[in-house]
Amino acid sequence: MSAAAPGATPSYYVPQPSHWPITGSVALLLMGSGAAFWFNQYPAGPWMVAIGFAFLLVMFFGWFGAVIGESEGRLYSKRVDTSFRWSMSWFIYSEVMFFAAFFGALFYVRNISVPDLGDIVGNGIWPNYAAQWPTEGPYLTAPFTPISAIGIPLINTLLLLSSGVTLTIAHHALKAGRRQALKLWLFLTIVLGFTFLGFQAYEYMHLYHAYNLKMTTGVYGSTFYMLTGFHGFHVFVGATMLTVMLFRVFKGHFDADHHFAFEAAAWYWHFVDVVWLLLFVLVYWMV
Amino acid sequence: MSSIPHDHVHGDGHAGHAPHPTGLMRWITTTNHKDIGTLYLLFSLFMFFVGGVLALTIRTELFHPGLQVVNPEFFNSLTTLHGLIMIFGAIMPAAVGFANWQIPMMIGAPDMAFARMNNWSFWLLPPAAIMLIGSFFVPGGAASGGWTLYPPLSVQGGMGFDLTIFAVHIMGASSIMGSINIITTILNMRAPGMTLMKMPMFVWTWLITAYLLIMVMPVLAGAVTMLLTDRHFGTTFFNAAGGGDPVLFQHVFWFFGHPEVYIMILPSFGIISEIIPAFARKPLFGYPSMVYAVASIAILSCLVWAHHMFTVGLPAAGLLFFMYVTMLIAVPTGVKVFNWLATMWRGSMTFETPMLFAVGFIFLFTIGGFTGLVVAIVPVDIQLQDTYYVVAHFHYVLVAGSLFAFFAGAYYWLPKWTGTMYDETLGKWHFWCAMITFNITFFPMHFLGLAGMPRRIPDYAQQFTDWNMVASIGAFGFGLSQLIFVWVVMKCIRGDGAKAPAKPWEGAHTLEWTLPSPAPYHSFETPPVVK
Repeated sequence: MSAAAPGATPSYYVPQPSHWPITGSVALLLMGSGAAFWFNQYPAGPWMVAIGFAFLLVMFFGWFGAVIGESEGRLYSKRVDTSFRWSMSWFIYSEVMFFAAFFGALFYVRNISVPDLGDIVGNGIWPNYAAQWPTEGPYLTAPFTPISAIGIPLINTLLLLSSGVTLTIAHHALKAGRRQALKLWLFLTIVLGFTFLGFQAYEYMHLYHAYNLKMTTGVYGSTFYMLTGFHGFHVFVGATMLTVMLFRVFKGHFDADHHFAFEAAAWYWHFVDVVWLLLFVLVYWMV
Repeated sequence: MSSIPHDHVHGDGHAGHAPHPTGLMRWITTTNHKDIGTLYLLFSLFMFFVGGVLALTIRTELFHPGLQVVNPEFFNSLTTLHGLIMIFGAIMPAAVGFANWQIPMMIGAPDMAFARMNNWSFWLLPPAAIMLIGSFFVPGGAASGGWTLYPPLSVQGGMGFDLTIFAVHIMGASSIMGSINIITTILNMRAPGMTLMKMPMFVWTWLITAYLLIMVMPVLAGAVTMLLTDRHFGTTFFNAAGGGDPVLFQHVFWFFGHPEVYIMILPSFGIISEIIPAFARKPLFGYPSMVYAVASIAILSCLVWAHHMFTVGLPAAGLLFFMYVTMLIAVPTGVKVFNWLATMWRGSMTFETPMLFAVGFIFLFTIGGFTGLVVAIVPVDIQLQDTYYVVAHFHYVLVAGSLFAFFAGAYYWLPKWTGTMYDETLGKWHFWCAMITFNITFFPMHFLGLAGMPRRIPDYAQQFTDWNMVASIGAFGFGLSQLIFVWVVMKCIRGDGAKAPAKPWEGAHTLEWTLPSPAPYHSFETPPVVK
């Protein structure tokens, strides 16, 4: 392959046999079956999940450690780099479709099931149901207050948007070889991300206790917590990725044309950002 | 795979291959696409028999009206797990097994793009299988709401549903990683000169299948996650009391579920498109139109999901839209069927076992396609929804469609994989036994369904007895026929048979036939040049 770098880089690096995948499989077996035990009140459940999670952490450290070692050992040719680019794009696409399922559910309950319940379908059963969004449904009596978009959600929007900017500045610094600026702006991005999570945790507590908005508060609560919760989890994952990148920068990894791990984390971060904008408009704003 | 010959022609600067582990650890830690392909294929064969035992238990109960063998709750678990295990445990892994073995060899790549992740894609399946099969033994038994897991049954059921939900999550992760791997391999690792429109049809069909998988598996994950939170965390997605709707699950599920049926059939189309030209000794008729037909089928498959839901009370405009778009799929599918026929037309044909299964596929899949058109018609479907007619329809496309194509592919490539020719006599016995018993089993189900026999019910009215008996007898015959296949495969693996030449099929022209048989452990480390 003409694209292969000079020196010891093979035309396409195929890794040696590895025990990390089976470690991950044991982890997911323990976590999946353990969660099933847990949710059905078996005392072994939480332990199985905990042990499985420990296996998963070991796998993440070992597997990604191996990949980082191979990358820093310059075993990856340009063509491997292209593979990473394709795969990260498709992975993000799969994440988009995961969120699409929940946005689809939100669309369906707002435009079809709730109006139906207040219409000719539901009137026979629940004649007094107003079918106004946000709703806890016709049968549950759990009055709640929805959160206003102006407040913490707006602050969080600004936090995430500016974190996208700081991350881009960090990327430009990396490409220009300005390591100090890279460290500073990447660190700022991570701080903004975790601040977002802190605000969200505060918002959740506030909603649970003062506003009585819970997962059990009908479809509004269900869609609200599932969408914002999964998004928050993705922010956590993205911030963790960026933290790993910061550690790698401190160890002297990456240079101007060899830093796809950083770019992949950045792509993921921007994806999380875009999901938030949709959430802000569709979940918080259009109440 | 009795021996592991090494290809000693190494790529530039590749410092040889470290000796890989032997015994069990070889299979657990392998990063070799051929090993992983073998694992997928053997796993799917095993699960095929597990699902088959469940099916035969169902047929035993249905041999007679009344309740004889199993209680109704267990019967429901049988139908549910038969579906889940055959779809996620047998058909899909078999297709990925073919992809693993064939795609790198057919495009001239050294391996899959992500060899380690490839291992994980496979090794996630046994944990999922343990959870699915193990769910039979937990309190409340295995999931029993049908493989589609519709609420409210799936929200009310016991722990078996939770195990099923997590198994689906794990299998989904496996499919997504496998598909990312396949897409990346196809897009990035083709030999120089192999443009997209020179790729073998099998590679094309898998490229599009992998795209569909990445698109819909996360949606299924979302659907079962909502089920999980409805079950345990008090959300009300599928509960009208809280403003939700059980029909919401059906929409989300079938947005996954309908592309899923094409995920199961497109790789089969690819295999058939390799075999028909090889045994007709003519190039595939209308290659570009075959590519466009597969792409059109994939696009249309995303727009037809509600044809599974004609009886839930959709608005008339929705019924019409989904009916017409469903019928539209017959156009690209017809293109494919006629192109296969045109490939055979005036070909110099021979009928070795792969070709027999391929021709059987075309014949029976077309019947299944036609019954699909019948149930696409809304007023007809309202009569036929959830009857045995539907069971007959999807077994014609899944068993005589996907499965027969996999048998065809297995016979076609076993010489390349094992280095030993399969036993032609046994292969022909397998084909004719499978062909005849398949029709004895499933053709009567059309009559049963048209006469009104509902599916997923352990008991039935007296007038359905005769055809049920016929179907049950056929089912046992079909199950036993598969033992011939196991025998053939065992013989090939043990090297009991004629030594296979590099290219046993004179009409075959894809790259894997340029390699010796069995294919060396590492192939195409220096890519071939395709003109």
